[in-house]
Amino acid sequence: MELLLNRFRNLTVLLLAILAQLVLLAYQVKSNGEVRLIRVWAVTAVTPLARAIETGRSGTAHFLTDYFVLLDVREDNKRMKKELDRVQMENQYLRTELDTADRARSLSIFQQHSPSKTVAAHIIGNTTSSGAKVVIVDRGSTSGIEKGMAVTTPDGIVGKVVDVYPIASFVMLITDPTFAAGVTSQKNRVHGTLKGQGHSTVMVDYVQNEEKLDEGEWFYTSGDDRIFPKGLPVGEATVVRTGKSHKEIYVTPSGFQNGLEEVLIIIEGIHAPIPDTPPGNQQVHLLDPPPAEGSASSAPVLPQPGPVSDADRIVQQYRKIGEAEKHVYGERGTGAPDYNLPLQQKPADSTAPPDPTKPKDPAKPNPLNPSQNQ
Amino acid sequence: MTEFSDAFTEPRKKDRVSTFTWWSMVGIPLAAILFQVYVPRFLTFLSYLELPLLVTVYFALMRRSPISGVLFGAGIGLAQDSVSSHPLGMFGIVKTLVGYFAASVSQRFDVENSMVRLVLGFFFFFFHQFFYWVLSRALLGEALDFDPQQTLVMAVLNAAVAVPLYHILDKFKGTA
Repeated sequence: MELLLNRFRNLTVLLLAILAQLVLLAYQVKSNGEVRLIRVWAVTAVTPLARAIETGRSGTAHFLTDYFVLLDVREDNKRMKKELDRVQMENQYLRTELDTADRARSLSIFQQHSPSKTVAAHIIGNTTSSGAKVVIVDRGSTSGIEKGMAVTTPDGIVGKVVDVYPIASFVMLITDPTFAAGVTSQKNRVHGTLKGQGHSTVMVDYVQNEEKLDEGEWFYTSGDDRIFPKGLPVGEATVVRTGKSHKEIYVTPSGFQNGLEEVLIIIEGIHAPIPDTPPGNQQVHLLDPPPAEGSASSAPVLPQPGPVSDADRIVQQYRKIGEAEKHVYGERGTGAPDYNLPLQQKPADSTAPPDPTKPKDPAKPNPLNPSQNQ
Repeated sequence: MTEFSDAFTEPRKKDRVSTFTWWSMVGIPLAAILFQVYVPRFLTFLSYLELPLLVTVYFALMRRSPISGVLFGAGIGLAQDSVSSHPLGMFGIVKTLVGYFAASVSQRFDVENSMVRLVLGFFFFFFHQFFYWVLSRALLGEALDFDPQQTLVMAVLNAAVAVPLYHILDKFKGTA
């Protein structure tokens, strides 16, 4: 036996190495888990190096653009060059700052307007997976990130968190061939499954040929997958054609259209209604200019919090009915208000709130206060 | 000593074993993996480069020992696995085999010849991609695409990079 092992020593080592890795692989597949310690070490070792390289790269790029590009001009006119050098460096710096501020503002505005709770993250690298579209972001479990969380930008969904480490996470992009998410179309409310294809477009599968869908129609997340909250933009259908068993729908993802450097990870998702109009291309929503000093409308007008879900709308309606019937909820002995009583619609152009006890048209009886009709 | 005796004492090229310092054996694979993690993010066209594989093949060829090839392959493969989103062992198994076969080939050929390196770079890239695809389907049940034409083109490109890369890596080696 010993002679045999010595004779086939190389082959024995090869078989042992492969066997050990097969066992490791089988353990991971069976337990559906991770060999967490090794991965944590590896990612923790690679992340600071990647970050240091990124700092070096951006520094070198700035140095090259700010110095060498301007070197030729200095040769032409030294004095003017010095001035130009200073101005251009300042300009470049400010432009970079502005770009960063724009992106940050865009994310910040989205964060404020989005009902979901999000955390901003920066993409610092790609994983080494062959054919996979997975990126590394600089937020991990210490920032509250968990596996399965949705990742988005103000323009649309980007992917989902597939692995979490203390200071970094892996995000599978929606273009990954193994990615899937529930989506619904904006106009015809067609439900389907979004699938990555390994390149820049994604497809929506499982839509029956009989269902109506137009090219150019937008897709939004449906919330069916329990990962992405309902109502996030996904992209525009660029190709819609009849297939063998299901429609062939190709969608251009909107989340990547402005580059992919900063993303938002949704920590607490809240479903939102699908908007009636497709999202605009404007990166940052700007407010109207402020009113002139001393004008009557210069007083600040605080936005009224609007209803977000159906439950909010019902609560708001009941509150209105209660006010209209002068009913105080929770008070003993008052019974329940008549919830079926139709409320008067507020006219679109009126500025003052209508008095529910006073009929607008004297010819019509006031259903809320019958005594006034007599 | 005569020329005749020199010819006997001087090992033939194909029997010469190269040695490396410990920092080059750790640093070069680490740099290759970092390259794959970081560079394609900015230079997308470089994502076709499988530097960890080229480095595995190089070390296996130069050490000329199948056991070293197995250990190098397994080590580099597992390190690459640990920063991928797939289960640990996929790249490990494929690169273990690549390391073993590369070391076995090195015992029969003069692997310092550029043409031999070009052919080996081409062959091992194709073998690596094909075997990875087979393992993904067989062990993980993943329906990955395998396009032979595209893989052949990528194999040519990787082989073209392997030749100058190996010349650079030759600077780090010593001879036992």
